[in-house]
Amino acid sequence: MKKDTEYRWLRLQFTLAPVYFLAPAFLLFAVFVLWPVVQSIWISFHEWSGFGEMTWVGLQNYRELFSDPDFHISLANNIRWLVLMLLAPVGGLFIALFLNQNVRGIRMIKSLFFFPFVINLVVIGLIFSWFYNPDLGLLAAVFRAFGAKPIPILANEHLATYGIILANLWPQTAYCMILYLTGLTSMNAQVIEAGRIDGAFGWTMLWNVVLPQLRGATFIAVVVTVIGALRSFDLIAIMTSGGPWGSSNVLAYMMYQESLFNFRMGYGASIAVILFLIMTVFITFFLRSVVQNER
Amino acid sequence: MFPTPIERTTVPTRVVYRVALFVLLILWLLPMVAILVTSVRGNADIISGNYWGWPTEFKMFQNYAEVFNPARSPMLQYFINSVIITLPSVFMAIFFSAMAGYTLAIHRFRGRILLYAMFIAGNFVPFQILMIPVRTLFANLDLLDTLWALIIFHTSFQIGFATFFLRNFIADLPMALVESARIEGATEMGVFFRVIMPLIRPALASLGVLLFTFIWNDFFWALTLVQSDAARPITFGLQALRGQWSISWNLIAAGSVIAAIPSVVVFFVLQRQFIAGLTFGGVKE
Repeated sequence: MKKDTEYRWLRLQFTLAPVYFLAPAFLLFAVFVLWPVVQSIWISFHEWSGFGEMTWVGLQNYRELFSDPDFHISLANNIRWLVLMLLAPVGGLFIALFLNQNVRGIRMIKSLFFFPFVINLVVIGLIFSWFYNPDLGLLAAVFRAFGAKPIPILANEHLATYGIILANLWPQTAYCMILYLTGLTSMNAQVIEAGRIDGAFGWTMLWNVVLPQLRGATFIAVVVTVIGALRSFDLIAIMTSGGPWGSSNVLAYMMYQESLFNFRMGYGASIAVILFLIMTVFITFFLRSVVQNER
Repeated sequence: MFPTPIERTTVPTRVVYRVALFVLLILWLLPMVAILVTSVRGNADIISGNYWGWPTEFKMFQNYAEVFNPARSPMLQYFINSVIITLPSVFMAIFFSAMAGYTLAIHRFRGRILLYAMFIAGNFVPFQILMIPVRTLFANLDLLDTLWALIIFHTSFQIGFATFFLRNFIADLPMALVESARIEGATEMGVFFRVIMPLIRPALASLGVLLFTFIWNDFFWALTLVQSDAARPITFGLQALRGQWSISWNLIAAGSVIAAIPSVVVFFVLQRQFIAGLTFGGVKE
């Protein structure tokens, strides 16, 4: 009899354990992350100032969005971000290859190369704004040294976005570099030596022997970079506020402006939903690989 | 090793390598060097436009004292706010995620893969989509513009990444340890606190430093969930002070250095844990 209750107690524990172990994390995550996604989708079908009643407008917000020139500019800029930020994994790989040596002090040098990544984007934005400043920036000083007139990068509607992307490439390249460095150090040395014996060197070696072994690092570097590019907000808020004339705007920042400055929550939400849909492609891609690993 | 180890090459190559290494490092860190140097410049340099030459006077103490003087700027308050927001968020996110990660890794129940996938997916969501509902929710709870809003939100949001991270780490632990503790009569809580927690300590350290930098460096949520000086963290505070200091670039630089220092220190002190965390425990193939 005693054995029986003990057994039941154990059974009960096993059934209940997942419930109470998951409860706090799940509740918080559901209330502040999962449910708000659903709510935003719902809000995007309404007109709402953030106060009072919401008015159902169906797909009106989306129709307006697709004919809004600001939306087209922001979307195009997001694509520029996405494409150009992929220079970070490439640059990171080359810096990692360059640093993958055993000379004295290399450990310290590696960490110094990495350290832009830990600095917050507000500071990075401030530094680069100052670099680009046409009166007192370093770039202006370089231009003057060559006798040229400094270009106000961030005040130029064709260049502002690229100036901001460059600022973001700095920490992101550092991040990708560290992923590749870890990959390079944990690489199978025998495969490399075998490749050498087979006469592979330089580019051939890199492309056929080294890169396949770095697949894991490349995967994470690309996923994290893409997500970061789509979420980009901080640097735009700090360096240009989307200007001049909205030319450096991106979806995330446009969404913020529409909802908090223009009090158009429904319209803002619809921008966020579009951003979410774009991201879903990449999230699915990542989840598939994770779930496949589970099987 | 790839590329070819430098010690196997000729002497000139080695020399060139070292020089290149040094030059590249300087160029790479130029923005940081510039801001450090500017943060010790006196007003004379700023007025005369000497931003890039050698400082004519060193005003390190004065500049930093000015920035930290509560009578002159709320920077100290912002700094304290950041600490109050970051530390509890890191601890709570880690603790709740360790529990969730434990059960997701060890217990076989229906829907666990789905739950796990949800934590990962939520972590990758463009967080701007959460802004309107989260603001409304905090407004209804009367917590908008308080430190609580940021603490609660950061804890909740980071749970996604932290659970993903810790579940993987726990799933790689030898199950035999858990089994033997159970045979000795440990409850599931007992297994978690006495077997799992000590074993995942390195992972907790890695995760801790990562979450610390993520939360410390947050700007978006600071901007959207708080307004008053009493609740502003340092990232948002710095951006706000920039207007007040306008062209006092030496003060802006000193403020930037202060805003950057905690994560830099955490990184240099706990470097190995940090990198292990960042590479998801060494980029598995």
